[in-house]
Amino acid sequence: MSIVKVLLLRAPGINREEETAIAFEQAGAVTQFATINQVARADFRFRDYQVLVFPGGFAYGDNLGAGRVLSNELNLKLKDEIAPFISNGGLVLGICNGFQTLVKAGILPGPTSNGQSVTLTNNDSGRFECRWVYLTANPNSKCVFTRNIETIYVPVAHGEGKLVAPPEVVEKLDVALYYTDMKGRRQAGYPFNPNGSVNDIAGITDESGRVFGLMPHPEDHIYNTHHPRWTRGEAQISGLGSAIYHNAVNWVRSL
Amino acid sequence: MIYNIEVGLKDSQPDPRGTGIANSIVDLGIQSGGIAVSVNDCYWLEGTLTSEELVRIASELLVDPITQFYSFSTLQTTDTPDMHNVIVTYNPGVADPVEETLLQAISGMGITTVSAAKTAQHYVIKGLLCQEKLDIITSRLLVNPIIQRVVKELPKVFPQNPRYQFQLKLVDILSADEENLLQIGRDYTLNKDEILAIRSHFVSLGRNPTDAEMETLGQTWSEHCVHKTFKAHFEFEGQEIGNLLKNTIMQATKELSPDWCLSVFRDNAGVIAFDQNWAVCFKVETHNHPSAIEPYGGAATGVGGVVRDVMGTGMGAKPIANTDVFCFGPPDYDFERLPPGVLHPRRIFKGVRAGVADYGNRLGIPTLNGAILFDERYTTNPLIFCGTIGLMPRDMSQMGQQSPGDKVVLVGGRTGRDGIHGVTFASEQLTRDSTDLSFTSVQIGNAIMEKKVLDGQLKARDKKLYSRITDCGGGGLSSAVGEMAQETGVKIYLDKVPLKYAGLSYSEIWISESQERMLLAVPPANVDELICTFAEEGAEATVIGEFTDDRKLTLCYNENVVCDLDMQFLHGGIPQMNLVASWQKAIHPEPQITPLNDYNEMLLQILSAWNVCSKEWVIRQYDHEVQGSSVLKPLVGAQEDGPGDAAIIRPLADSACGLIISNGINTRYGDIDPYWMAASAIDEALRQIIAVGGSLEKVALLDNFCWGSVKESQSLGALILATQACHDLSLAYKAPFISGKDSLNNEYEHNGKRISIPHTLLISAISVMPEATKAISMDFKEAGNLIYVLGNTFAELGGSEYYAQLGYIGNRSPIVNAESSHKLMCDLSKATAQGLVCACHDLSDGGLAVALSEMAFAGGLGAKVTLRTLPLGEDIQQDDILLFSESNSRFLVEVDPRKLEEFENVLYDNAFAVIGEVTATDMLEIEGLQGNLVVSIPIQKLKESWQKPLRW
Repeated sequence: MSIVKVLLLRAPGINREEETAIAFEQAGAVTQFATINQVARADFRFRDYQVLVFPGGFAYGDNLGAGRVLSNELNLKLKDEIAPFISNGGLVLGICNGFQTLVKAGILPGPTSNGQSVTLTNNDSGRFECRWVYLTANPNSKCVFTRNIETIYVPVAHGEGKLVAPPEVVEKLDVALYYTDMKGRRQAGYPFNPNGSVNDIAGITDESGRVFGLMPHPEDHIYNTHHPRWTRGEAQISGLGSAIYHNAVNWVRSL
Repeated sequence: MIYNIEVGLKDSQPDPRGTGIANSIVDLGIQSGGIAVSVNDCYWLEGTLTSEELVRIASELLVDPITQFYSFSTLQTTDTPDMHNVIVTYNPGVADPVEETLLQAISGMGITTVSAAKTAQHYVIKGLLCQEKLDIITSRLLVNPIIQRVVKELPKVFPQNPRYQFQLKLVDILSADEENLLQIGRDYTLNKDEILAIRSHFVSLGRNPTDAEMETLGQTWSEHCVHKTFKAHFEFEGQEIGNLLKNTIMQATKELSPDWCLSVFRDNAGVIAFDQNWAVCFKVETHNHPSAIEPYGGAATGVGGVVRDVMGTGMGAKPIANTDVFCFGPPDYDFERLPPGVLHPRRIFKGVRAGVADYGNRLGIPTLNGAILFDERYTTNPLIFCGTIGLMPRDMSQMGQQSPGDKVVLVGGRTGRDGIHGVTFASEQLTRDSTDLSFTSVQIGNAIMEKKVLDGQLKARDKKLYSRITDCGGGGLSSAVGEMAQETGVKIYLDKVPLKYAGLSYSEIWISESQERMLLAVPPANVDELICTFAEEGAEATVIGEFTDDRKLTLCYNENVVCDLDMQFLHGGIPQMNLVASWQKAIHPEPQITPLNDYNEMLLQILSAWNVCSKEWVIRQYDHEVQGSSVLKPLVGAQEDGPGDAAIIRPLADSACGLIISNGINTRYGDIDPYWMAASAIDEALRQIIAVGGSLEKVALLDNFCWGSVKESQSLGALILATQACHDLSLAYKAPFISGKDSLNNEYEHNGKRISIPHTLLISAISVMPEATKAISMDFKEAGNLIYVLGNTFAELGGSEYYAQLGYIGNRSPIVNAESSHKLMCDLSKATAQGLVCACHDLSDGGLAVALSEMAFAGGLGAKVTLRTLPLGEDIQQDDILLFSESNSRFLVEVDPRKLEEFENVLYDNAFAVIGEVTATDMLEIEGLQGNLVVSIPIQKLKESWQKPLRW
């Protein structure tokens, strides 16, 4: 079996890189951390990896808005690295703060030349919230990370996760994951949709299906004991978040 | 010049911040509605910018093009009767991390002509409001004068700090008369014996001390650093106690001395073994006074401080979990009764919560366990306990030792006037004009700076680049350096310390409490690599001196020696205090209670009590999932909203071992008997560990004493009794204390009347669990299962929630029979380890009735039980006592009837009985002694009463 190499990008304030690496390793990948500066200095090169990950956290404290400063830095320092990585078939995953960064850099939904067309803004509740949500995959999505997934149960932990975009943009989005109720039904309302995201959108992909961003944290549900009701014998009822990472690794292997 | 970039939400976008303020205006009770608020963020840039650059900064960095607009307004606003503008900015000298990020990001864009940045909020309040109401809104919701102020227009310039001219300051104690000498002592918070000892030391040297030497002695000999009350000699009711701490709490640990205690009462945190290769450390700190004055910043820096304690334990630990316990005045406290300058409990609560959550969440540390207590006496003196657990390789669990010649390296945030002599300094400055205001010195925490330091430190630790580490906390460099160099000696060049701004004197640099700094001892050969390692994470590391072998503390500023103290005098010269303590039990009135036919209303009322009700609103705003280690979360049950007893994490992906975290705190019992209050807190913390499936085999305890005045002998007597209980119970349960902390003299004077906090002891407990998968949660699992009560009930209603509802304290608070309790806990943990327990919950505030309600609504199942079979410790004929007694050492346990025999065999010889069963109905039904239903309430209604009060 070929070795699948995953590069996880760090920046000051990113804090979910370790559990994301564990999730990828559990799926059989080899992982490496690198800071933006190390990539800019070419200590690490994107082309040596098949999967590029923007993990969760609070890059630069989210001080000028979630993901804003990091996305700007990305466009200033790594624009010429990311585009060829994507066009050459690489996978990109942005989780929570990473999703916010990809969206604000215009990488999602893309094409990047259009600039930012979607945003992730303050939750309707006005609060940071940590709670578990059911995510149902859109079977019509091109997203390679969500293939064969029906419903997974994973936590969100964010204050700015509400996806907002003009209607003409929303219409064209390739939505990979929706916030739903336990039975996969959309329009279940708060708290099933924890932030008021338009059309219950939890994650989107670009036109290639290989760039994927989502607000929830599948890396925080990779063991049964992560499930909030495992002591009630309910750990098997909805899927593990690991499926996302296995899909990425298997997709690379299938090439 | 100064440019203003104002960013606001487009009209179509909801404004949760504005809505929150509008709701709070309604909460203030001055306006019933008809108010809309929007909030714009203003960024003020000083420098020279072209209009293209200004547009670039606004559009690329500051505005979200989808939801926001920006403008370059001049901020010249005009109010109308139904539209009001309030512009709020930070006072000069207040360090706001947003400004730092902004400046860095602008320079990253290649724009180098911005010299300074500030932020402000522009509140637009729509609605008919008179000036008086607007002023109330501004002062109660929008501005905290300690750190903020209202401005009417864009400032013309940002005030500059004057440059500092070196001048050596001497403190004349040699020729001071007694009165002056005592005054000098008070200036440096030294008591009479202490200042006299200092004088005779300097008489023998034949010179006066410098201000830096006096500051060093004041800080090093402070209560905060040496715990002199706890180490005092006491006369107490005929007993002579040589050193309270050593003879009670530390004595018990010494007697127990289990091999899994790796470092106790020595380092910044206590350390215990986790498994063969790893160790965990735990520390809980308080940050009370700063949080009373500036709740957000005070609480945030409280978290930052305790996290650094853990980072500075052994050779450095990685923080893996946070806990927090708050004590506030009641959220419905009458505004009119607040003493001037005191913030309303609701505002303190919201600010503290936000500060703790923002800092902990940003650091990526899960906040898993805590408690919130309310009592009127905390209104002027809230208590904020922040705890952190750290994980480190076992071979790095011991404090390092530097060699003479090792460099002193300061890492992290730059040094400013932050926290110098506490925040009172800042508040005094508020009446002065704006230039003077630049000296104010309250810091907003910068969690990302701490994260950068942490990331760099763990890498440097694993590369073994430093020989020792500690944190900069209270007292700043003066405490950290003085403590670290105690056995060697040190020479520090204060002019080498990187500053936030010019103008600091050498002694200000020395005592500054600027946050997010760590102090390292580094062998000279490793210095360059260490600096690079931190730089890679974006943290600054600077050599500021070197360790010597002369056992002297030498400070230089440029070529001048400004401090030359003997380590022996600094650390050994403090005279022991002699204190007299006494104890006289207070007699409180007892209620005359007429028995009722049912207690439905009372139960609902207790579930809604501030101290009992759901804290979900707070818990969900903490990230409890980050690091992916959670096994038992703070909220459990069928709908994930029941109150878990203790949290469990599994911090290492390749180890089955879990870590249980719990706490116990019972301030009301202290009004009756401080000894049994302390015993109850220990019992409660241990009950919670047992309730989630843990055992007493490897439990370590932490104490945090927050006391009122320790100048009163009664109060000291209460302190002695509580520490004696810690000693006794620690031995009885074989649970050693590994670390502790005290915060004394928590009282507030108003109109000549002193308000003291209730004596408060927080017990935090941590326990290693060999198999985390043995955890159980407190929610009922299945209809038809049996409900057991374990442990005897006594008529112990003194200090109970039930008596509080009736307006009484009473006189008989719960005691602990440690022998029977220890046996019960050990046997129950055997039963859970054997898989015989479906659910378990400990009985605490509100007693049996509350615990049953919680298990039922958390599980989404009903229960039918009787009080007639309840195990009793004495004859009790009243239903209300059985329902609401808060006797210690009791559990409710759900057992599958097929396992009845096995379970009862394990529990043989303990007090226990079946009281009923879990039902598929949605009713909680409790049958009284006479056979009538004394409680009959749908579980949804119970849950609603419990959730409603703090559903903010």
